[in-house]
Amino acid sequence: MTGELPGPAPEERPHPSGRRNKQGIRIDPEAESEPEVRREVLSALVDHEPGVLAEVSGLFARRQFNIESLTVGPTAAEGLARMTIVVEETDPGVEQVKRQLRKLVPVHAVRELDAATERELALIKVGDDDPAGVAAVAEMYGGEAVEAGPEVVTVELTGTEAEIDAAVEAFERFGVREVARTGTAALAGGTEFTAYDDTTTDD
Amino acid sequence: MSESETERTTEKGDDTLPTGAASVVAALEDAGVEAAFGVQGGAIMPIYDALYQSDIEHITMAHEQGAAHAADAYGAVTGDPGVCLATSGPGATNLVTGIADADMDSEPMLALTGQVATDMVGNDAFQEADTTGITRPVTKASYFASDPDTVGDTVGEAFALARDGRQGPTLVDLPKDVSNTEDVARPGPAEGPETHVVPDEADPDEVSRAAHALANAERPVILAGGGVIKGDATEELRQFAVDHGVPVVTTMPGVGAFDETHDLAMEMAGMHGTGYANMAITHCDVMLAVGTRFDDRLTGGVDTFAPEAEIAHVDIDASEISKNVHADYPLVGDASTVLRQLDDALPRAPDAEGWRDRCLHWKEEYPMDYDAPEDDPLKPQFVVEAFSEATDDDTIVTTGVGQHQMWAVQYWTFTEPRTWISSHGLGTMGYGLPAAIGAKVAAPEQEVVCFDGDGSFLMTVQGLSVAVRENLDLTVCVLNNEAVGMVRQWQDAFFEGRRMASEYPWGPDFATLAEAFGAKGFTLDDYDEVADTIQAARDYDGPSVIDCHIDPREDVYPMVASGGANGLFALQEEHL
Ligand SMILES: Cc1ncc(C[n+]2csc(CCOP(=O)(O)OP(=O)(O)O)c2C)c(N)n1
Repeated sequence: MTGELPGPAPEERPHPSGRRNKQGIRIDPEAESEPEVRREVLSALVDHEPGVLAEVSGLFARRQFNIESLTVGPTAAEGLARMTIVVEETDPGVEQVKRQLRKLVPVHAVRELDAATERELALIKVGDDDPAGVAAVAEMYGGEAVEAGPEVVTVELTGTEAEIDAAVEAFERFGVREVARTGTAALAGGTEFTAYDDTTTDD
Repeated sequence: MSESETERTTEKGDDTLPTGAASVVAALEDAGVEAAFGVQGGAIMPIYDALYQSDIEHITMAHEQGAAHAADAYGAVTGDPGVCLATSGPGATNLVTGIADADMDSEPMLALTGQVATDMVGNDAFQEADTTGITRPVTKASYFASDPDTVGDTVGEAFALARDGRQGPTLVDLPKDVSNTEDVARPGPAEGPETHVVPDEADPDEVSRAAHALANAERPVILAGGGVIKGDATEELRQFAVDHGVPVVTTMPGVGAFDETHDLAMEMAGMHGTGYANMAITHCDVMLAVGTRFDDRLTGGVDTFAPEAEIAHVDIDASEISKNVHADYPLVGDASTVLRQLDDALPRAPDAEGWRDRCLHWKEEYPMDYDAPEDDPLKPQFVVEAFSEATDDDTIVTTGVGQHQMWAVQYWTFTEPRTWISSHGLGTMGYGLPAAIGAKVAAPEQEVVCFDGDGSFLMTVQGLSVAVRENLDLTVCVLNNEAVGMVRQWQDAFFEGRRMASEYPWGPDFATLAEAFGAKGFTLDDYDEVADTIQAARDYDGPSVIDCHIDPREDVYPMVASGGANGLFALQEEHL
């Protein structure tokens, strides 16, 4: 006999009829649907020192969070950098990203931005067969040609992620050779602070 | 400044130390470190040289993995970070398994690794490895100490971070030139990083909502996780459960949080938990979960986990809330504080007499039992029970990973916290012996018993040399089934009995092996000799090993198939 124990077999036992969904949420009529994925802009204030980007990106990789873009640069406060991270996650997923980020030692503050000012910079290299056409499209999206060489024109423009998507598509007809995009940078609207903690006052 | 530090500063009358290494050791002393486990090597030599002058006891291990496991167990027993040391490159990489193990189990631990000199870093220098990069995913934080004047502060910060809030391992990588720098600043007291704010009280509104849900529960259950023990909330939890008549289920790391002889004790739930614990969590309507991360070995498939229960989740780590299982009442804070808050907010005890009766009934319906015919090969459960009965309540049990680990947790009767020391989350074979060494150093007055499998024991058996050298009075009981038994059990159940690479009939005679190391060896294969052999091994003053030949056909039940429903636990292979 190998490890047989007494007691009623599985099918002879009472079983509850309830269930949870994949997020571990009890399924009741209100919460029956699976949460939808949403795009969310997070801003994190971090120490401006080597290894922090690796730490943050490593966290995203190993926890399988879906990153749309991640930008980083110094702030007005000495020693601090701001990361703007655009994620595509379910509600519980966005919460989890924020909480996990907050646990990292170099992270001072993390915020979800609702009505943020968002911008990204793009360089778009297109063919120069129709210079007037390129100039017209660039103007339409508020961009300008920053380099015109033999056969190609490089246009610089800033805008929201969606605007840049649209511009790239519009340039398609001249033949887009290469695109370099920075990813989204964002700040909270108005006088509201984007993300701050007690150790910084001037940001 | 701590008192001892003030004293020392005045004594020496200066605020500098001779080397970076001396400031590392000063930081350890200031933090109250009494023992450290490690292996020597080129890049860590300056630290060892500074330790030479210190009262900190250093235990030289036979392998760095063992140093990490010993430090982990030391931390689990004392509640303060255990310290381990290794040199750069291979020394550091050998630590990694032990660090990852501590990380999964939130054990407080500080690892100090040597590193090549800063001007060599990145050049693939001799014995160079990117230690902070390798360990970052398995630590609370990994520091690269580049400044000799702050190296001691960094060590102090890493120590405090390992100890405070949700505990866990931290690492400081110490470049050799930094350790060798002369005339460096004396470190300040061990303080956690300013970005690390540890919550204490939970939100009072959430507490009162949770308290009302609990008071109105008809089928309440407490799920006690390892955080109850690590948060020193055992007393509060016991009081709360008994005062309000709530049955208590534990997770595997939570074993010891509640007295298993108590009527309200349902013991461990999950894959190899008791049938009654799994019935209780499956049928409860309100679950008060304290200090648990809802590991999949506990929950089975989340779709069927406590499917009708509202969950109040107490945890000091906000990121555990709703990570795996949604919390209806999130209570972020220190376990003992929040339990007191809940106690104050509870309008009345839940009316759960019928439910308690059902729980008692389940204990009778699904008893933990086994067949022990006098003439068959030994049943492992019998040996564990005999050991448990022979020893005191405060005996510390460590294990390897596999069937023996499950029999140990199932058939030992745990009544005290910090007595069940095992590799839970990572499931690291080879954990048992070095953990027993760490536990014995941490608590020399307590008896230490390691249940090991023949496979697990072989992975870190060299630790016996350490136990012999240090004359550590501990007993290893190898439940020898000539197999990596847990794998063999799964092969029999899920791979039609194709026992690829799981049978170990070529294993050594462990009693002779023990003697070769200078330990005492025993062989046990007869029911009549169980009591005497256990007694003789315990009486021996020093490390002893019992090679216990058990029935190789014995399997571990109950069992919840992975990803399955806890309520569908199998009592035998046919149920899977
Ligand atoms: C380091 C490591 N390698 C492999 C495994 C996979 N594994 C899990 S249990 C087990 C069997 C353990 O065998 P043994 O230590 O003899 O214990 P038993 O199950 O026979 O009691 C194995 C191989 C593991 N958990 N850890």
